[in-house]
Amino acid sequence: MVHLFEENRGEIIRNDSEAISGIRDRSLDHFRETGLPDTKLEEWKNTNLAESFAKGYEYHFNPVPVRDLQRTFHCVIPHLDTAVIGQMNGWYVSQDVPLIRLGNGIIMGSLAQAFRQYPGIIEKYYNKYSSEDKNGLTFLNTAFAQDGVFIYVPDNVKSSKPIQLINVIRSDENLFIQPRNLIVLGKNSGLTLVHCDDSFNHQPSFSNIVTEVFLDSHARMDHYKLQNINNNSTLVSSTYFHLEKETVLDSLFLTLNGGLLRNNTRVLLNGDNSHININGLYLMDRKQHVDNYIYIDHNARGCSSKELFKGILDENASGVFNGHVMVRRDAQKTDAYQSNRNILLTDTAKVNSKPFLEIYADDVKCSHGSTTGQLDPEAMFYLRQRAIGEDNARMLLMFAFADEVVEKISIPPLRNRIEDMVKRRLMGESLICDQCVLNCGSKEQPVEFRIDKEMI
Amino acid sequence: MEPDTHKILDQFTQREYKYGFVTDIETEMAPRGLNEDIVRFISARKNEPEFLLDFRLKAYRYWLTLKQPGWAHLTIPPINYQDIIYYAAPKKNTPGSLEEVDPELLDTFNKLGISLAEQKKLAGVAVDAVMDSVSVKTTFSDTLSKLGIIFCSFTEAVQKHPELIRQYLGTVVPYTDNYFAALNSAVFSDGSFCYIPKGVRCPVELSTYFRINAAKTGQFERTLIIADEGAYVSYMEGCTAPQRDENQLHAAIVEIIAMKDAEVKYSTVQNWYPGNKNGEGGIFNFVTKRGICKGSNSKISWTQVETGSAITWKYPSCILQGDNSVGEFYSVAVTKNYQQADTGTKMIHLGKNTRSTIISKGISAGFSNNSYRGLVRVARGAANARNYSQCDSLLLGDKCGAHTYPYIQVENKSSVVEHEATTSRISEDQLFYCQQRGISTENAIGLIVNGYARQVLSRLPMEFAVEAQKLLSISLEGAVG
Repeated sequence: MVHLFEENRGEIIRNDSEAISGIRDRSLDHFRETGLPDTKLEEWKNTNLAESFAKGYEYHFNPVPVRDLQRTFHCVIPHLDTAVIGQMNGWYVSQDVPLIRLGNGIIMGSLAQAFRQYPGIIEKYYNKYSSEDKNGLTFLNTAFAQDGVFIYVPDNVKSSKPIQLINVIRSDENLFIQPRNLIVLGKNSGLTLVHCDDSFNHQPSFSNIVTEVFLDSHARMDHYKLQNINNNSTLVSSTYFHLEKETVLDSLFLTLNGGLLRNNTRVLLNGDNSHININGLYLMDRKQHVDNYIYIDHNARGCSSKELFKGILDENASGVFNGHVMVRRDAQKTDAYQSNRNILLTDTAKVNSKPFLEIYADDVKCSHGSTTGQLDPEAMFYLRQRAIGEDNARMLLMFAFADEVVEKISIPPLRNRIEDMVKRRLMGESLICDQCVLNCGSKEQPVEFRIDKEMI
Repeated sequence: MEPDTHKILDQFTQREYKYGFVTDIETEMAPRGLNEDIVRFISARKNEPEFLLDFRLKAYRYWLTLKQPGWAHLTIPPINYQDIIYYAAPKKNTPGSLEEVDPELLDTFNKLGISLAEQKKLAGVAVDAVMDSVSVKTTFSDTLSKLGIIFCSFTEAVQKHPELIRQYLGTVVPYTDNYFAALNSAVFSDGSFCYIPKGVRCPVELSTYFRINAAKTGQFERTLIIADEGAYVSYMEGCTAPQRDENQLHAAIVEIIAMKDAEVKYSTVQNWYPGNKNGEGGIFNFVTKRGICKGSNSKISWTQVETGSAITWKYPSCILQGDNSVGEFYSVAVTKNYQQADTGTKMIHLGKNTRSTIISKGISAGFSNNSYRGLVRVARGAANARNYSQCDSLLLGDKCGAHTYPYIQVENKSSVVEHEATTSRISEDQLFYCQQRGISTENAIGLIVNGYARQVLSRLPMEFAVEAQKLLSISLEGAVG
């Protein structure tokens, strides 16, 4: 990778200001020290990327033209009005202009364009909190990243409709992509972001995505991440949240499909009295592997963090949950809770759960719980007794298990859609759509389990 | 919190170590440093058979290839392994009866509250006392030998029962296990050996008392306990060391083997010198303890009260190989001043219907750091395995740290694994409740802490429970808030 960078440096930095190319060079130096993560690192112990790296990928330093855009980004959530912005193979896809400035002052569009157009904002927020993470892949992304999505919400502006960011891979060759997203919320602003990662065919790919999110004081963000990529692909998605005082962050990670997925989430609570909820649901089968790493750094007083991650693992799937709550010395009155619950459906599925607490302040309320088990046989019996077939009964119980996470979604149309997706996933449908994940067959009717209600 | 509560907390946590005296006993020592000659010297001093020397040399050569592990949440000052004396023994050795024991030594153990003579009279506990790596006196051996129980120093066992040593040594903790296990396997000097024959229920508690006395020495003892089919034994271990400014290394190994239907209960009250209140001196306690439930329906239970050592690195573990076997781990770990502890357990479920319970209570005060690190692994074949873990931490003061690092790995669909942990400080409501009823702050804190640790303390054998309770209240005197 270092070679690749050196050979193509001219191409990579062609749009850069001096500051950005300086950041790239420093990051590459860091990468030379860290290298790619391997299982010798505590944080990567249970996720081995060697096989993914071995596949061999093509790397493009220019966007490849896209055919029939409409079909690719034909994404509809019934009754949900969203502003859609798209990324194809790591590049921002512009319908007319690369960077839009809405009436209320919100700027959204291509990061490459933002580098040129808004150097002030970029300099203030780009590669700040993320550079503290000693993660080889993040350094690599910082060195290479040429494009991605940029969203800026000015002070006191609340985005009237959710922004849907769709990142699609569609290529006939094995691709390695490294998009970079930067999202900045000004003081007392609000944003709902739905961030989807999808693939269009079964071609292997490696995505190394870095997203930085900055919330200034009193900002509020709802963040939904939906991942549905093919089983030959690897996705490492690193998200860095920097929260100032009295902010609220609600985040959901929904992982439906993918060969190997790693969500690296780091949250810095840098101001007093902020509140975050991070929830996750992963439904995996075949040889899929998902690894959720969440590091929450309580660096201020009176903040609360709640994590709930639930997973159902079937066939040969494997799941990892590694939550790490750090409570710094002065972060008194912290309230932190981590919970990880797993259901294993076969003897070949496995789970690794590591909920860590590291606490240096005494006036705190911190706890965690982790359970791994099966569907409750008594509940199963109860349903069977009421003439519900075994398959449906299992479905119902699994859905009930999963719904604890899904029901936390505060936007009803999105919640309904995701509930449908979860049901489909549990029924084994939509393993990979030929369309993006939110457009599963564009059925308008809600999905129902085939249960004869009269029998109940 | 109230200022006086703080004061009480401080007094409580900063209390001096009371076992810090040095006994003036003539000691025979190996030259400082470590090389193959030292390993051969130790082996020769003990008149060991060939296989044991081979074992030591293999371990030593393997150790040379390793690096000191750095993954624990500990700041370990560099250890100069060439500056340690690997063998130190009180000169007047292996007495035949109590009368022949060096009176200074007896006095030492009396001071520690371990009266060898008294123990002999009271039908209670059989003691093996180990001072500076060498077993000083084993009481009660005659009574035990009538039942076929072998309880003696490791050195004696090597001479009298080499076949048992050969069969079991290193089978639970191989010398390749980790850095400190390799070091111990190369230079271990003595320890206790215990064999309970088939169907025998050991009528008394067996106890080993470890004491580091000489300066600049390291203590590397090795304990091997074998409970044959249907046997039962309760084993206790205690330890203290003098107060010195430099750090001393203690790297022990305990191996337990429980055959079919056997049960071993292992209790430890660890009270090595923790260093002074500025964090100077103290013992580095890097210990590998592991038991294997080899046969079906066997049970191994670890109970530990950890109050001493500057740095503790210790994970008493159970390998649950036999079907229906049971592993238990009960721990109270107290750290104060600048102590550091990274301790927990490993429960490795291999057999069907295996069960394990982990109860860990951490208490940190002063500037200390106290971590629980535990692994629960359920292998594919361990159908219907069950684990329950509860790890609580109590923070006394705002300069200390309490950390929890559980690792849970499950690989089959029929097992249930549960883990929960909480971290908090003593609730003001509880304190207020006690104070309202005329209980002084200090007593209230003692009461609450004792209640908090009760679940573990109640697992200890009687003699130990009393000692542990006292120790806990001494350790925490003035510390809670």
